Amino acid sequence: MQDKYKNLLNRIKHDSEESATASALIQVRAGYLGKKGELTLELKRLGGLPPDQRRVAGQEINEVKARAEQIIEARRQQIDQEQLDRQLQGEQIDVTLPGRGQHSGGLHPITQTQLRIENLFVEAGFEVAQGPDIEDDYHNFEALNIPANHPARAMHDTFYVDDGLLLRTHTSPVQIRAMETRKPPLSIIAPGRVYRCDSDVTHTPMFHQVEGFMVGEDVSFVDLKGLLIDFLRVFFEKELGVRFRPSYFPFTEPSAEVDITCVICGGEGCRVCKHTGWLEIMGCGMIHPRVFQHVGIDHERYSGFAFGIGVERMAMLRHGVNDLRLFFENDLRFLKQFN
Amino acid sequence: MKFSEQWLRGWVNPAVSTAALADQLTMAGLEVEAVEPAADFKGVVAGKIIDVKDHPQADRLKDCTVDTGAAHPLRIITAAPVARGLVTAVAPQGAVIGGNEIKDTSFKGITSQGMLCSAAELGLAEDKETLLVLPEDTMPGTDLGALLDLDDNVIEIAITPNRGDCLSIMGVAREVAAVNDMGVTVTPTPPVTATVEDTVGVQLLAPAACPRYVGRVIKDINPRAVTPTWLRERLRRGGVRAISPVVDITNFVLLELGQPMHAFDLDKLDGDIRVRFGEPDEQVTLLDGQTLTLRDHDTLVIADRKRVIAVAGIMGGHDTAVDESTNALFLESAHFTPDAVAGRPRRFGLQTESSYRFERGVDPQLPAMAMERATALIVEICGGEPGPLVETASQPHLKRPEAIPLRDTRLNRILGTPVEEKEVAQYLTCLGMKIVREATGWQVVPPSHRFDIHIEADLVEEIARLYGYGRLPLSRPRQPLAVKAEHPGRRTHRLRTLMADRGYQEVITYSFIDPAMQALFDPDAVSPRLKNPLSEDLAVMRSSLWPSLIQALQYNAKRQQERVRIFEIAPRYRGHGRDVTEETVIAGAAFGPAMPEQWGTPRRGNDFFDSKGDVEAILAFLGAAAAFEFKPMPHAALHPGQSAGILDRESGRQIGWLGSLHPAAQRRLDFPGTPPVLFELSLHGLEKSGQTEFRELSKFPSMRRDIAVVVDADVPVQALIDAAHDAAGKLLQEVQLFDVYQGEHLELGRKSVALGLTLQDFSRTLTDQEVEEVVSAVLDKLNTDFGATLRE
Repeated sequence: MQDKYKNLLNRIKHDSEESATASALIQVRAGYLGKKGELTLELKRLGGLPPDQRRVAGQEINEVKARAEQIIEARRQQIDQEQLDRQLQGEQIDVTLPGRGQHSGGLHPITQTQLRIENLFVEAGFEVAQGPDIEDDYHNFEALNIPANHPARAMHDTFYVDDGLLLRTHTSPVQIRAMETRKPPLSIIAPGRVYRCDSDVTHTPMFHQVEGFMVGEDVSFVDLKGLLIDFLRVFFEKELGVRFRPSYFPFTEPSAEVDITCVICGGEGCRVCKHTGWLEIMGCGMIHPRVFQHVGIDHERYSGFAFGIGVERMAMLRHGVNDLRLFFENDLRFLKQFN
Repeated sequence: MKFSEQWLRGWVNPAVSTAALADQLTMAGLEVEAVEPAADFKGVVAGKIIDVKDHPQADRLKDCTVDTGAAHPLRIITAAPVARGLVTAVAPQGAVIGGNEIKDTSFKGITSQGMLCSAAELGLAEDKETLLVLPEDTMPGTDLGALLDLDDNVIEIAITPNRGDCLSIMGVAREVAAVNDMGVTVTPTPPVTATVEDTVGVQLLAPAACPRYVGRVIKDINPRAVTPTWLRERLRRGGVRAISPVVDITNFVLLELGQPMHAFDLDKLDGDIRVRFGEPDEQVTLLDGQTLTLRDHDTLVIADRKRVIAVAGIMGGHDTAVDESTNALFLESAHFTPDAVAGRPRRFGLQTESSYRFERGVDPQLPAMAMERATALIVEICGGEPGPLVETASQPHLKRPEAIPLRDTRLNRILGTPVEEKEVAQYLTCLGMKIVREATGWQVVPPSHRFDIHIEADLVEEIARLYGYGRLPLSRPRQPLAVKAEHPGRRTHRLRTLMADRGYQEVITYSFIDPAMQALFDPDAVSPRLKNPLSEDLAVMRSSLWPSLIQALQYNAKRQQERVRIFEIAPRYRGHGRDVTEETVIAGAAFGPAMPEQWGTPRRGNDFFDSKGDVEAILAFLGAAAAFEFKPMPHAALHPGQSAGILDRESGRQIGWLGSLHPAAQRRLDFPGTPPVLFELSLHGLEKSGQTEFRELSKFPSMRRDIAVVVDADVPVQALIDAAHDAAGKLLQEVQLFDVYQGEHLELGRKSVALGLTLQDFSRTLTDQEVEEVVSAVLDKLNTDFGATLRE
């Protein structure tokens, strides 16, 4: 290559490197490769060369031109990259700063527990029913085989309103209402608010229950046992010990209390289980024939079971809450723990 | 019910430990709630005071020399009244009482080598003023535990209301015997021979309520007799306080056999005993000193010729009570039916050991047996001359257990597992039932004490109980699969999570509130009032959730929460009596900053429009944001200029409210800071999911034109938007409000409203001219209706 071209190439290289910005580089390019650029002019001059030199010179110029394009393009990319780097450096943020926007709230632990119970039974095939909070004596007591003056009424400290109405003391009236209007087979779960005239460390005048029952032609006590043991183990996510022991409810017979091994001490005995190693968790039994008579279901043809779960107790045991009253104080510091 | 384990084991003594016995009881349905030692002390002995001196440094203290059978007497300082010769309980150094070890202690310079004990200190009685008095002939050094037979436990069981027959040692013993397939070892007391002829006539004037009355006169009892320690101890372990020998003995029989009895002072009776229903206005002064005035005809009483002398089965009268001067008794051992007693104790506030049993039922065959037992004890302890046992009964009114059929198929179907015939026979027999086997089942006659057994299901339960609930196998219910309609709770739940996602915390508050709060928030409210509220602040069923939410806000504000957003979904109650309605509503309250405290966002208080955004989100979720309008409406609890009714556009029905708490209400509630914004929406009728109908999408571009108009400041923006739609017709797809401005460059009382109009057609691209025509139609309409001018 002629020294002239070598020089030219060196100048292009030098000028490109000297260009600090994209626009300066464009000018450099124009100075060499533009319409009036040095290389363009060289190319134009080729015609004046003798034919034998023209071919070699033409090849060399084209080579210089290609090299020049490469050099300038490389420099252009370099300038772009530097510019982007500078820009990015300026845009750096502190990623440890907290995010902005609305914070999420949450659901009350009683709602969460109630839904958990509800969903487990719904997935097993139960449907959900509801009834009024303000009930009549018939549905809350009479039809459940608790006549006036029955000693069991003493266990239900009832709030009364006018016209012989009362605040339901349990969700069992929903059982009556469902059976009055529908025919077996029935598998129903009824969650809701219930009320008792009692307030101390372990009682609040309002609390929540989930009533469940199943009526069919072939529903037995061992079915009830199987269902509830499955439920308790799934609910607490533990292979819990579960025991059924005889008890009494006017609306079921046989009746049972269901105990689980204490989830606090694992059955060793502690304050929560009163050192028995067992926790009373729910009541259940086979629906009493007299209840079927009240709702006009043939108790010779059908049998059924019913159970009642205290939602607060389930929530307390699941989350280790040690004071029932916390659920109704609605202290955000408490509620937010469950979000 | 509490009882002494030792006493029970005297009746039936299976070879099992206390813990195993407790477990047996629990698993038989008599839930053991506690097992505690009969005495919580060790090393306490009998000691005789052989000398008493005054303490030289203290007036109230005595310096005693006490013989405890040891080589050297002890020197003990006491503050209790004490006399030479007294034999009492001594806790020497090293004895343990209630978990505390007794140590030598110095009292004003003299070391006491132990302490002298009162009954209360040892947990044996309530008397804490005087020292426990032991019989004078007690050998000093005798262990007190051995002396009082304290190697015993007190077992406490919870008896379900159907098992009144277990409210006695005998009743529990029968259960233990049945569970262990053994017999009860105690036999009834043989009849006591009468030594005098005296009797008292008895007239059963209400034979259905009292079909049997056993009475007996005992004369010449020793008024100075004292209750022996062993009997006192059994009462104490049964949770009954000792009073006087005769009363203690009737209480003893009550605990042992379950038959409540009453002793009258014979000399205070006037004529025959009459068992009858009381008359309104009859009065009786009871043993506890209170005077009871009867109100109606349904209280069974015991009367003599002149007056009421006891409320049957509940409490005796004061006038005829046994006291220190009594030397002749008339003992009552009667059967009152549950119907005759139930409910009255609660009504009168007179729950007694006796009423507790009669309400639940007592064996009608028991009165004579109990009478013989009590008579024998009285004669043994108080002396006296017993008269003949006189039973008055109305046979037609005495229920006799009837045969109950028990079918094999029914038993197996209810339990879900077969039980062998042999086992069934064994269980029923154990329980004292008489059984006859038939082709496909049994005929079963329960014993008189199992008055809770009436029907086949009762027998099924008994068999299951003795078979053991734990032994029953497990199965899974089989019900036909059926697809069921989605229940409304699902959507309500989705609404809950929507609120939580928008930063609201769910609360659960009581359904009853303070009537004063109700009046403040809903002055015209008509809602049920509780007849027996726990307190006045929980006395009415709420007609709105706001008072409860405000209380929750206050509670949290007082605990340094500067930003509270809460909601609740629950019923509100309106109306009276049978017309009361329960309507599920969603209510929310927000106060404090609109956003959680954060960097880079200016701090701004939550206002009406922040909450309105939340309400709009609820309406949108319910599938119908556009179907509702917000209309300025006054509400007693809301700021008059910042309150809106939420109305269904089509029907005009109001479904809710939104507004800022009225500053006056806020002042009355002493609530700090900027006013909270409240909303409440009825979910009635909105809980079903509306089905979305698909609309065709336009293939042609939409055009947007922004206009800013100036109108009077009091023109509602919604009216402008509605008018724009009216004027533009169907080409106008959307009106987007993007600015509202009042202030500089505008006339006072005027505002500028900037609207973005989006126009689109389904069949072609709109021309500029068409768009301009629509825009000018809108402007014309706004000008005509509201005097709107285009803002330059």
